[in-house]
Amino acid sequence: MNLTNYLVLSGILFSIGSATVLLRRNAIIVFMGIELMLNATNLMLVTFSRMHGALDGQVLAFFVMVVAAAEVVVGLAIIVSIYRTRRSASVDDVNLLKS
Amino acid sequence: MFTAPHVDWAHLAPVAIVLLAAVIGVLLEAFVPARVRRTVQLAFTLAALAGSLVAVAALWHGVRTSGGVKVLGGSLVVDGPTLVLQATILVLAIIAILVVADRTETGEDAFAPSAASVPGSDHEALARRLGLQQTEVYPLLLFATGGMLVFPATADLLTLFVALEVLSLPLYLLTGMARRRRLLSQEASMKYFLLGAFASALMLFGIALVYGYSSSLHYADIATKIGSPTDLDTLLLVGSVLILAGLLFKVGAVPFHAWTPDVYQGAPTPITGFMAACTKVAAFGALLRFVYTVIPGLKWDLDVVLWTVTIATMVVGTVIAMVQTDMKRVLAYSSVAHAGFILTGVVALDAQGVSSVLFYLFVYGLATIGAFGVVWLVRERDADGLVLGEATHLSQWAGIGRRHPWLAASFALFLLSFAGIPLTAGFIGKFGVFSAAADGGAWPLALVGVLASAGAAFFYVRIVVLMFFADVPEVEESGEPAASTASVSADDAVEPGTDVELATPQGAAVATLVEERPATTVTTVVRSEGLAAVAIGLCAVATVVLGVFPTPVLDLVQHMSTFLP
Repeated sequence: MNLTNYLVLSGILFSIGSATVLLRRNAIIVFMGIELMLNATNLMLVTFSRMHGALDGQVLAFFVMVVAAAEVVVGLAIIVSIYRTRRSASVDDVNLLKS
Repeated sequence: MFTAPHVDWAHLAPVAIVLLAAVIGVLLEAFVPARVRRTVQLAFTLAALAGSLVAVAALWHGVRTSGGVKVLGGSLVVDGPTLVLQATILVLAIIAILVVADRTETGEDAFAPSAASVPGSDHEALARRLGLQQTEVYPLLLFATGGMLVFPATADLLTLFVALEVLSLPLYLLTGMARRRRLLSQEASMKYFLLGAFASALMLFGIALVYGYSSSLHYADIATKIGSPTDLDTLLLVGSVLILAGLLFKVGAVPFHAWTPDVYQGAPTPITGFMAACTKVAAFGALLRFVYTVIPGLKWDLDVVLWTVTIATMVVGTVIAMVQTDMKRVLAYSSVAHAGFILTGVVALDAQGVSSVLFYLFVYGLATIGAFGVVWLVRERDADGLVLGEATHLSQWAGIGRRHPWLAASFALFLLSFAGIPLTAGFIGKFGVFSAAADGGAWPLALVGVLASAGAAFFYVRIVVLMFFADVPEVEESGEPAASTASVSADDAVEPGTDVELATPQGAAVATLVEERPATTVTTVVRSEGLAAVAIGLCAVATVVLGVFPTPVLDLVQHMSTFLP
């Protein structure tokens, strides 16, 4: 099967992820969009790695997974602390900081 | 057959010391008794940073003669700019941590006694009563500093991404840990996190595209590959722009600056100082290396992008700063404008550009930490004499120069250095980047920069005038500061709206938090244990000395400003 298809799929997934970040209002969903972007990138890295016959891309994909896990820890901690304070995880409700 | 990699520990020492100390700091958190934990952590953190600074100094001469070394199979480059930037970050981090560690004389630091507790809850009240302190701040600062030390030294895209995350994740957390105005702090933390994670995801996608183009993650290989055109140039161009976007987000350049004012305002003020100074140094270091060693071959394609961003950053930062009414937001937009000024030196793309940017970053960092240190000391006091949060509204600063001349004078000095008035270090820095830009053929940027500086001088001088010459009724504020027993209730009284807001789940009552302070508060300067005063003093002295005798430091930087390809 043509490897380019995987690149196209990764591009589509990345676009869905960034659209989720920009359009959705729930912080958790926004965060899921970011994770989808990271995973789409992983798919692209692995595909390129296969195309080039080099392992760098796969190594980077592993690093991305670890970083994404660390990001989940920090991100959920922040979102949960906000939710416990305000009983809402909507990014529209956090609007105290304005000029 | 497994061959053990060769690791050049000597050249890794500055990074290794800080990261190892951060890990040990986490263990100290678990094993040291709570009573002495803060002292131990503080001493240990400062010792680690000083040790790392010594390691940088020890490497200095060797790197100056050899031109630089690649370590870890070319993942990190220890060359002149790396060492200068690492030394800058370490010096600024040490000064910033003095401000972070400072407490008022009633023993309050800038952080929530228990950041996990819900604001206004019994849990929080209990934590306050017990006098808990979040000493995890120090290991987090060390992790962030460690990431910042790696960031300007990276020579491959993998390390770039990992270093970016290592420096960002602790900052997201630190932003949300303010002792007062906790809702604002948590909100800033969430905004910073979501936008930061989005930006790093975009950057990662850029990395993947560039990897697809060049089949290598190493800067040197990519630069070689760019020299020989292929039919995949679109991948390269889009990838480079996305990587630049990730880096420009970290330096706070327009149009990636939206997080800056909110995060600077919401974060605990000492952390804002640390973040504003050190992150900017590290991010500009990484940006410099990327622009100078990877994409000079794309100069004609990317100049449009960089020029647009630079001009927009200077203009937007300056213009919006003029209409702000909150001191921390003024400083935030001023830092956006400064990102633009520094970018003119980056875009210049010549050797003089590098050294002038390195110098500018140092003097900007000093003035920033000093300025936020002053903001941290200027507080509100209510009718009962209890010290509350920072007095950040500009009107509250009126006449403060008459009552606290030294503090106000040092703040004025930092503002004048931001404005680039001669005899302050900021002037030498601005002169350097603008002349580098003009020499590099980017004279329109230098011109916009000079005009924007003139505009910026307007609001800096306005604040100075407000502090020293504004006509305000003399307020008697010589009363004794709050006693330690009273400080507990002072904490509870911080946000009049908090309890109401908690009772009504949705955001209506939240608005009370951002209304004007009640008229009964007066502006005062809190008496602290003195560490912040030391830091402010250091910054002020350095700002003057570098403004009057810049030559030794300029020479030092000049000889260390060549990137190892």
